[in-house]
Parts: sequence; structure tokens; C-alpha cells
Amino acid sequence: MGKSKLIKHIINRDWCKGCGICVEFCPQNVLELDEQDKVRTTRPESCIGCKLCELRCPDLAIEIHIKE
Amino acid sequence: MAIKDYIRERFFPHMWCPGCGHGIVLNGMLRAIEVLGLNKNDIVMVSGIGCSSRISGYVDFHTLHTIHGRALAFATGVKMSRPELNLIVPMGDGDALAIGGNHFIHAARRNIDLTAIVMNNRIYGMTGGQYSPLSGYGVSATTAPYSNIDQSFDIVELARAAGATFVARTTTYHVQELSNLIQQAIVHKGFSVVEVMSQCPTYFGRKNKEGGPADMLKRMKDMTTPIGSKAKQSHTELIERGIFVQKILPEYCSEYAGIIERAMKGH
Repeated sequence: MGKSKLIKHIINRDWCKGCGICVEFCPQNVLELDEQDKVRTTRPESCIGCKLCELRCPDLAIEIHIKE
Repeated sequence: MAIKDYIRERFFPHMWCPGCGHGIVLNGMLRAIEVLGLNKNDIVMVSGIGCSSRISGYVDFHTLHTIHGRALAFATGVKMSRPELNLIVPMGDGDALAIGGNHFIHAARRNIDLTAIVMNNRIYGMTGGQYSPLSGYGVSATTAPYSNIDQSFDIVELARAAGATFVARTTTYHVQELSNLIQQAIVHKGFSVVEVMSQCPTYFGRKNKEGGPADMLKRMKDMTTPIGSKAKQSHTELIERGIFVQKILPEYCSEYAGIIERAMKGH
């Protein structure tokens, strides 16, 4: 099931304020903050597409696109 | 429609601090509206003053950014003249229950079809971290350096007693629940109140040594429980989340239309 999904992370660096909420609550540790305190995807292959990062982002800076 | 179609992108990034809960409320509310498939032109958002009230600037609906505490009064006027529109009134805790406390209870009493969203971060953020009527006993704030001696309101109990016909509570940690409750509140015919416990990392979090935004969200998860859970019986200090009141009573605009009809009889 999970492997048949094509998951794309779209991160708006201009809107991200680096609060770290998405990084903290990602169940698969897919995300981290870079040296500029902006979120980036470090382990995209582990993403299960739960979209909790997208839902919890206060800055509307993450979009997860899933193609089944 | 994607949620980006509901916002005024030219004003982003927004002015809220990193990790502010108000952004999560905006996020959840947009998703609720997206699921309901409401037309942007059928929504009016009316807000007052404060960090939370800046939300109306970011959404691409009809918006009114009005005066402190009086958002519900303006919204009542809009609803009375155009009852077919969906009125959403986001307010901060101070805006809704200190400055606008009277408007709040009377809008609830009339059961006018508005959706009030109280973004409760327990502090006045915009003006520098003064305590609000929701801060609660023992809390530190700029104006309570030796801790606050005021007891806090319980928004749910207040709204229930004042006559609101839909009353719910959730937090910014429980994002799916947040979106779901706002959806139900918008659909409800009558005065609906959704209290969203939100985090202010800049003032409340810093003054009360609650850590960063993620730590504050974890606290929200730990200090709440769904209504009627077993955990509440053994840990009575837990704050309940969910729908507390959901009933049908005559709605104000419909009643007013009835009055007009009666008055016009024979003319």
C-alpha cells in the first residue's frame, strides 16, 4: 500500500518561520530544520503521507501531494 | 478548491510569531471551509482587535476588521441584513470575554446564527503579554510578575449558561478535531462557539517557562482528554475536549423574519 504512493513535499521557504512543529510531530522523522532554520525533507522515502505536518503548520508552508 | 484559493497570498508570510497557534487555527478553519465547499462570496468574517483578529486580513472572503470586543455586534448587524450569508467571528480570549464579554453573552442568549471561534492563548499577545480573564490563577504575565490571583472563565460553561446552542472545545494539537468541530459549528443553525486552546510561545510560553511551540503543543495534548473518557475519572484536572452542547432552539434571524411577517399582515 505505502509503496504504491508517490508523495511530493512542497515547502514554501519564504513562508516557513522555522518553529519546528512539523519536525517534532512527524511520526517518521522525515523533516528537519536546515542551517537557516527552514524546514527541509531529509528522508522523503520514509514519508507515509499522513499530512500531519501540513495540517499543523501555522504558516501554511507545507503541502503534501499524494498520487496513488 | 485548494486551501490556497481561500487566502490572500499577497499578505503572506503572515505577521504571527513562529509557532503561533493562531496560524494552526487559520489552517484548520480553511480546511473546514474547503470540506464544506462553501463559496467565498457566501462567507463573511468579522474580527475585532488583537493578534487573533488579524486572521480576517489573510482570508479571501468578505472581511470586516472592526473594533475591540465588538466583532459580534458588527456580525449581528451583517447577519440581520443578509441572513443567507455564513458569518464566522474569530476572536481572541481577551477580545471575546473581557472587552467583548457582554456582546458574547448576549449573542449567545439571542441564538443568532453566527460561528464564534475563540482562539484562547490565555494572554494579550499584541500588547506585550498582559494577563487576560483566561490566564487563570497562578500564571505569570507581564502584569502579574508575582503570579496572577484572578480565577479564569470557563468558556464552555459561560457559553452554555448564556444560551449558545453549539459549544465545543479543542486545541491546536488536535488539528483534525479542530477542523471537524469548526465544520460542525458552521453548519449548526444558531449561535455556535468553538474554543480553541492555542499557544503563544512568545509571551505565555516564555513567561511560564513552557518551552517552545512544540513543547506547548505537547502540553495541550497531555492536559486534555475527550469528553467522558476514563482518564477524566482518575485525573479530574484534565480539560475535556469535544462537543458539550448541540441543540436546536429558535434562531434569531428566522424569528425576526416571522415578526416582520406578522407585523405586515393586513397591509
